[in-house]
Amino acid sequence: MTWRDRRRARAAENRAMTRLTLGTSRWARGLALAVLLVLAAAWLVPFLWGVDTSFKSETDAATSATWLPPSGFTLDAYREVLSRGDVLRWTWNTTLVAAAVTAITVLISAMAAYAFSRTLFRGRKALLAVTVAAILVPPQILIVPLFQQMQAFGLVDTLAAVVLPQVVAPVMVFILKGFFDAIPEELLDAARIDGAGPWRLFWTIVVPLSRSILMAVAIFVFIGAWNNFLWPFIVTNDPALMTLPVGLATVKSAYGVQYAQTMAAAVVAALPLLVVFMLFQRRIVQSVATTGMGGQ
Amino acid sequence: MTVSSTPGVGATTQGTAAASSASPTRRRPAAATPDRARGTLRSRDRSGYLFVAPFVLAAALFLGWPIVSGLWMSLTNRSLTGSGNEFIGLANYAEAFADPQVWQTLWHTLLFTVLTTVPLVVLGLVMALLVHTGLPGQWLWRTSFFASYLLPVAVVTAIFAWAFQPDIGLFNTWLGNLGIPPVGWLTEEGVAMLSVALVTVWWTVGFNFLLYLAALQGIPGTLYEAATIDGAGGWRRLFSITLPQLKSVTGVILVLQLLASLKVFDQVYLLTAGGPNGSTRPILEYIYDTGFTNYRLGYASAISYVFFAIILVFTLVRLLPNRKER
Repeated sequence: MTWRDRRRARAAENRAMTRLTLGTSRWARGLALAVLLVLAAAWLVPFLWGVDTSFKSETDAATSATWLPPSGFTLDAYREVLSRGDVLRWTWNTTLVAAAVTAITVLISAMAAYAFSRTLFRGRKALLAVTVAAILVPPQILIVPLFQQMQAFGLVDTLAAVVLPQVVAPVMVFILKGFFDAIPEELLDAARIDGAGPWRLFWTIVVPLSRSILMAVAIFVFIGAWNNFLWPFIVTNDPALMTLPVGLATVKSAYGVQYAQTMAAAVVAALPLLVVFMLFQRRIVQSVATTGMGGQ
Repeated sequence: MTVSSTPGVGATTQGTAAASSASPTRRRPAAATPDRARGTLRSRDRSGYLFVAPFVLAAALFLGWPIVSGLWMSLTNRSLTGSGNEFIGLANYAEAFADPQVWQTLWHTLLFTVLTTVPLVVLGLVMALLVHTGLPGQWLWRTSFFASYLLPVAVVTAIFAWAFQPDIGLFNTWLGNLGIPPVGWLTEEGVAMLSVALVTVWWTVGFNFLLYLAALQGIPGTLYEAATIDGAGGWRRLFSITLPQLKSVTGVILVLQLLASLKVFDQVYLLTAGGPNGSTRPILEYIYDTGFTNYRLGYASAISYVFFAIILVFTLVRLLPNRKER
């Protein structure tokens, strides 16, 4: 099946859906399309305004809110921001933090879910009950004791301190356990007869069969870690260690009224995740659909 | 055994395996077959501990221990500078209940929750229903509704602080063109909270949109076909099939939404820093200010626990009826 065939099939599917939901009335279609356009415009305008401002000179940005600047568009703001290098540095830090949080969270949550779902050990049920109860604890209320803990460990102002508290996601353990429970025992038994140990069962059967849910969990954990503000804001003071959300927020005061530069920094900061989403958006929607899960 | 029992996670002894848990999961064939004699079972036993150990360790360290130490801290007059470790009993709690700031910031938090929840759920649903019609431009609609959710909060607040700018901001310029006097979006009491709510809706509605869209795609097409054969029109299908099918996902979205709104801090802090005149300061910001600006860790912990108790009551009240339904 070529890419073009797939596109054609999708278009046909969409047309069928339109017939099903809106019927054949021209009027209904027109109305739905009009509402969609209005909503999309409302959601895109702030975006476009930010991008538009980032291409202005500081003087133009600070004089009037026109879409077309009097002295034309310029890349000055980007040059300025990129030459200072802090935005790139923060992007790198955020990528590191989000990747580390995602890898560790998905791994330890999947292992724990497997233990709850497929192995027997003393205290299993009690531990599961504690895990479910832990879902109810909002991490935000722990900022004070966590900060003291990081001071005690001597980790304040390290990326480790940003990552570690974020890897505990009891809700993910719970979601994954529900999914692992649905894997037929026969598949595992077949492998057991071949002499596979629990570790091999986990890696060769459970993980491959759960790819879609693991993907969805990873996506939400990643977005959460990428955009987390409060905890990194508390635990990092050194600009060289800041993540994007924190760096931009502190620099906003540093940039003062440099609107064009602030917007250029914001655009640079927003790009990585947006590009990833635009490339994989169909798959993201599908993985959420297959799992029917919510995020944090 | 390998796992040490820690204060945060009390792993008590329990009956062993054969009993299946209360949830309708598959029953594991326990020691049923001869080749699963006691020895194997015990080896599976150990593997269970090994698999669960990393998570338990992390949870004990970064969730269990802070819960316990925070509770202890709330009973002392500890300061960020390290001084003051005397046990003062419930004095912090007494102070918290008598502190007008606690109730005010709690009220701001609730107001924010009320202002954001309805538009976030309704708009998310409307967007998903419209996109689900399969009208042309799928990629554009999905991207424009969901993309804002992917922006770091500092980017969102930077864009809006700029658009809200009183003299040359985009919004006041538009109003000026319509002949309406400028609005102090972030500087007028009473308006600032609405502005923060508006920004929040723009920023996070994409998440609900995505959940609704996924739920819509999960509705079996046969239902619609059957209804169409029975002669149900478009509206009828919407109200008799689509909306009832979305009931459970709406419940999920509502709970997630309420909990997220109660924990608001980031966008308020960055847009208004709690101003003007403290009129938008949420309780989480009060906790932050108490602990990290005024150094009163003991008192900040006590407020945290009062807030936690409120969230807990709220969650349990919301969840218990649900359990009955299942």
